[in-house]
Amino acid sequence: MPVEVRDLTHTYNEDSPFAAAALRDVSFAIEDGEFLGVIGHTGSGKSTLIQHLNGLIRPTSGTVIVNGLDLSDKSTDLRRVRRRVGLVFQYPEYQLFEETVQKDIAFGPRNLGLDGDEVQRRVEEACALVELPFAAVRDKSPFELSGGQKRRVAIAGVLAMEPEVLILDEPTAGLDPAGRDAILALIRRWHEGGRTIVMVSHSMEDVARLADRILVLDHGKKAMEGTPREVFADAGRLQEMGLDVPAATRLARELSDRGFDVPRDLYTLEELEEALLRAFGEGGSAC
Amino acid sequence: MSDIIRVQDVSYEYERADEQGELAVRGVSMRVKKGEWLSILGRNGSGKSTLIKLLNGLFLPTHGSVTVGNFDTRDENHIWDVRQTVGMIFQNPDNQIVATIVEEDVAFGLENLGVSPKEIRQRVDAALAAVRMSEYAAAAPHMLSGGQKQRVAIAGALAMEPDVLLMDEPTAMLDPGGRREVMETVERLHRERGLTVVLVTHFMEEALRGDRVIVMQDGRAILEGPPRELFAKEAEAICRAGLELPPMAELARRLRAKGLSVPGEPMTVEEMAAAFGALRRERRGKHAG
Repeated sequence: MPVEVRDLTHTYNEDSPFAAAALRDVSFAIEDGEFLGVIGHTGSGKSTLIQHLNGLIRPTSGTVIVNGLDLSDKSTDLRRVRRRVGLVFQYPEYQLFEETVQKDIAFGPRNLGLDGDEVQRRVEEACALVELPFAAVRDKSPFELSGGQKRRVAIAGVLAMEPEVLILDEPTAGLDPAGRDAILALIRRWHEGGRTIVMVSHSMEDVARLADRILVLDHGKKAMEGTPREVFADAGRLQEMGLDVPAATRLARELSDRGFDVPRDLYTLEELEEALLRAFGEGGSAC
Repeated sequence: MSDIIRVQDVSYEYERADEQGELAVRGVSMRVKKGEWLSILGRNGSGKSTLIKLLNGLFLPTHGSVTVGNFDTRDENHIWDVRQTVGMIFQNPDNQIVATIVEEDVAFGLENLGVSPKEIRQRVDAALAAVRMSEYAAAAPHMLSGGQKQRVAIAGALAMEPDVLLMDEPTAMLDPGGRREVMETVERLHRERGLTVVLVTHFMEEALRGDRVIVMQDGRAILEGPPRELFAKEAEAICRAGLELPPMAELARRLRAKGLSVPGEPMTVEEMAAAFGALRRERRGKHAG
């Protein structure tokens, strides 16, 4: 389900003294099965952008086309898009509201008008996808669960809609390292299962590890777009925009500057480990 | 260093309407020394946020006692002395800004205390200067970046002239630039003014900047010590507690496991680069000899 965004501009409070342009002439495309990372300083327009992708807000000007449907066209039935583009907000656990985990996850599919068996199938499958033990949690109040489990329930509620495109806004914010790694592993698996993923993140490490391509927003404009290699090539520019490159990349470049035989385009600790073992391990020449 | 906060065998139970309560903190004893930077690490649900809220009387212990200076936090007559001694910053910058103009927000606590207008002016100016936000005194908070909002929140706490600043994951919602700004601000206040800092964080690199670390697990304090020592010697216990090593310490550990002897205990990018410089010199020395 391809997504195409063309000259997207969004102004909050248009025609008022408080008009504020959140997005200006942003264009990009997402291909089927792609993993797009979106990075940018706080207030750069990331959240505004992703809310356009399932029609939660409409463009002030420009177009958003999802699977051939033009979301800026007022006659488009947005429900057709929303069931195929799932949006997981920041801190989604704050949106849990039902009495039990079962009911909370079932809320979306039930609203689709699906029959009971199908709703149940989807709830159980969504639980499996987020690796929650369904039998153990189904009758619990979502509010009794730990922070990491609550977040999984909230994400399961979106997965139960069986979206083809899954958008996640800072899915690991506030999680401890183990919880973060677990959620990232799940996202990677959903992507490998064929879903298109859009992930907004403040963690350069997470984006470097997972994304095929990165979109960089700066003050509402598209500042860069490309593979991690292309985007992370210019550390100085990213830092000026309130961003950074992963720590692994900083070390790789520092070593390269000092004359070590280490590539400059490394983004993860795993890649760096391999490169350093090659350069320094048995038989490595050290420089 | 003298103790400014003493936590004596403290437990805390959240009240639940439907069933038995749950102990979020279990028999913790600890000290915060005047002028130190103490970081509290632990998984979600390990009790670290509960613990930090016990340190300024936001929560009162179910068992045990918390003393700030000379005052027990359960002593209602002195709760404002406690709160004035121990300021607090939370995770979400948007949830702790109350006014529509930056300097009014910083003045909010002082106005409530009935401080004279002249002194409020002085303290607000000084607090904004301390976090390097003076030029934004008249700005609207919602126009600021996340890092700037957190610095305004810190200024609001500083205006109360506290001895201790508690921070509960102050950078969790910030971009990398905001994280840098806030950590550099805290580091400077700690170094230059001797501000006592208690930081709850999931970022191991932030803990590295402090003097001491306490690791929480299941409501208990299971590890305590200087960050570098813990990351070097207690790697396994730290991982078991759901945490990790700072990225460069983790890299050093992996390389050593594969037989590459990285010298020293590098924990930052700069230290790691220096360690490899040393390794290269050592190997060249061998070749020459």
